[in-house]
Amino acid sequence: MASFDRELWSELYRRMVRIRTFETAAEKAGLRGEIPGALHTAAGQEGEIVGACMALRKDDYMVGNHRSHGHPIGKGAALRPLMAELFGKRTGVCHGKGGSMHLADFSVGSLGETSIVGSGMPVAVGAALGSTLQRKDRVTLCFFGDGASNEGTFHESLNLAAIWKLPVIFLCENNGYGATTPASTVMSVKDVAERAQAYAIPGSIVDGQDVLAVYAHVREAVERARRGGGPALIEAKTYRYADHAVNMGVGFGIDRGEELERWKKRDPIALFRARLIDAGIVEQAVAAIENEVHAAVEDALGFARSSEFPAYEEAFDDVFAARLPVPQGSAGTV
Amino acid sequence: MSRKSFLEAIRDAQYEEMKRDPSVFMMGEDLATNLFGTTTGFIEAFGAERVRNTPISEAGFIGAAAGASMVGMRPIVDVTIASFIYPAMDQLISIISKSRYLYGGQARLPLVLRLSMFYGNSTAAQHSDRPYPMLMAVPGLKIIIPSNARDMKGLLKSAVRDDDPVLSFEDAALWSSKMEVPDDENFLVPFGKAEVKREGTDVTVVALAAAVPQALAAAAELAAEGISVEVLDPRTLVPLDIEAIIASVRKTGRLVAVDPAHRTCSAASEIAALAAEHAFGALRAPIVRVTAPDTHVPFSPPLEARIFPSKRSIAAAVRRVVGGA
Repeated sequence: MASFDRELWSELYRRMVRIRTFETAAEKAGLRGEIPGALHTAAGQEGEIVGACMALRKDDYMVGNHRSHGHPIGKGAALRPLMAELFGKRTGVCHGKGGSMHLADFSVGSLGETSIVGSGMPVAVGAALGSTLQRKDRVTLCFFGDGASNEGTFHESLNLAAIWKLPVIFLCENNGYGATTPASTVMSVKDVAERAQAYAIPGSIVDGQDVLAVYAHVREAVERARRGGGPALIEAKTYRYADHAVNMGVGFGIDRGEELERWKKRDPIALFRARLIDAGIVEQAVAAIENEVHAAVEDALGFARSSEFPAYEEAFDDVFAARLPVPQGSAGTV
Repeated sequence: MSRKSFLEAIRDAQYEEMKRDPSVFMMGEDLATNLFGTTTGFIEAFGAERVRNTPISEAGFIGAAAGASMVGMRPIVDVTIASFIYPAMDQLISIISKSRYLYGGQARLPLVLRLSMFYGNSTAAQHSDRPYPMLMAVPGLKIIIPSNARDMKGLLKSAVRDDDPVLSFEDAALWSSKMEVPDDENFLVPFGKAEVKREGTDVTVVALAAAVPQALAAAAELAAEGISVEVLDPRTLVPLDIEAIIASVRKTGRLVAVDPAHRTCSAASEIAALAAEHAFGALRAPIVRVTAPDTHVPFSPPLEARIFPSKRSIAAAVRRVVGGA
């Protein structure tokens, strides 16, 4: 377990609160009709996200999935461009092209979230391969869910990373459900971590609600990978508070009975807040972090609201490095 | 200039680009075995790290090519047979074609996927595909489809240097064909520039891949009948040299679009539509497409022999549009 480090612990807390506050604000903005499309929120999963991201260096890479907001925030992305992206604005981190399921902030090593389940995993392997060929000691962190572990890309990615001994950490965010289907009903194994054995790489389980445990656990795997020790599969047991997606206009909700309340008793932010106080950080200092984060999220909302939508012309940017020529008067062009 | 085969041209293009740029590397199944002669001497020159043998794991290594390109590498993936792209279709379409766009230009994916087309060799329906038309419909992918060794070398070198993902469709019927190919290491064939392979005045034949030599043979035969055929090879389908197609059709007033792919939504269909949209006033006869019919590629040789465009079927189409048959 990590020993007390005021700066680190404060930052772990700050980033977790940034995710929760961002998600709460996004959900409300969605209900108000300010955010188009589906929102897959990460409330409840902040411990594993932040613990894993903080175990990386700033120049390490990260790949994520459709539950996309928490990962770049965990990796240190600025909030304004993320919120503006959800609003579909030109100032969004992806210029309004990606939206909620496809955030990316290359400036902090966030190489993109992908919305087809499992599709980011080979990309993470490739980023790690690229770093290796470049003789850079960067590690790539690959977030995926329990559902993705049933995809072919999961198995191909673990095999490739294993045979090439690549510096990639496969971090399974097992929140218990693939959309509405309980993971236990569609998996041949009890724990995703067991699947590591098939690829002769380390597989382990960590309590995703305990940010310090995740941080220490992932950090060990990251340092091992950085030294050339190859990939690892880590399964964080966690829980998602909201429905699969909010703001969809259709119900993705299920009756989870007392399960939700049981998990909320082990809320990662509440648990860590108590640890901070126990460790001697005064209440005012913790509250100061919370106030600062709330102000930053409010600021991001204001920025998103006041930003312009892209012009129609911009729909044709970034298909290629440069726009292809189109003949005069050709139908279907601007 | 040196006399080279199509396969040697591929080998030379890859060799020169790997030598020029250390960020270029190769991946593929059986690369180390050098099955087709396109990596002769590569492991000796560049090492097994840059000439990577992969497991039979297309979604894995094609997706890995995407990831490597996103962090600054320039992978060339030898997918070998074009149908082998199908297990990696999600990586190709959801990741490779869309990442630059989805992430607002933050991602660049300079990678080349090399896809051989083995039709006409009794490899049956699963091994004989020419899937470029369906991929023309996916924005974000560039497509080259050379018809001779010179263009193969110049286009593949341009593909490696291009900052976008490029699919290289390589017609196996052309593999052993030889011609003079420039030795200059900076010889490039630009994308989006069609080439008139034979000038003519009565009919424009736009042909692709191995249909180009078939069209040239047909043109030679038709010349003896007094029919002057212009053979235009687009060389790249994305970008497509629409201006050159329109200019040629305006000149001749007739178009035969030849394409070894299946008829419905073929590249020939798109070329025909563009000509109709932009050169309708110049047309003196209905446009004719010569394509594979909308059935699967049969295994049995006498059946397969009649499936793809040939000198005979192209010549017949030309005679039809000039009113001679």
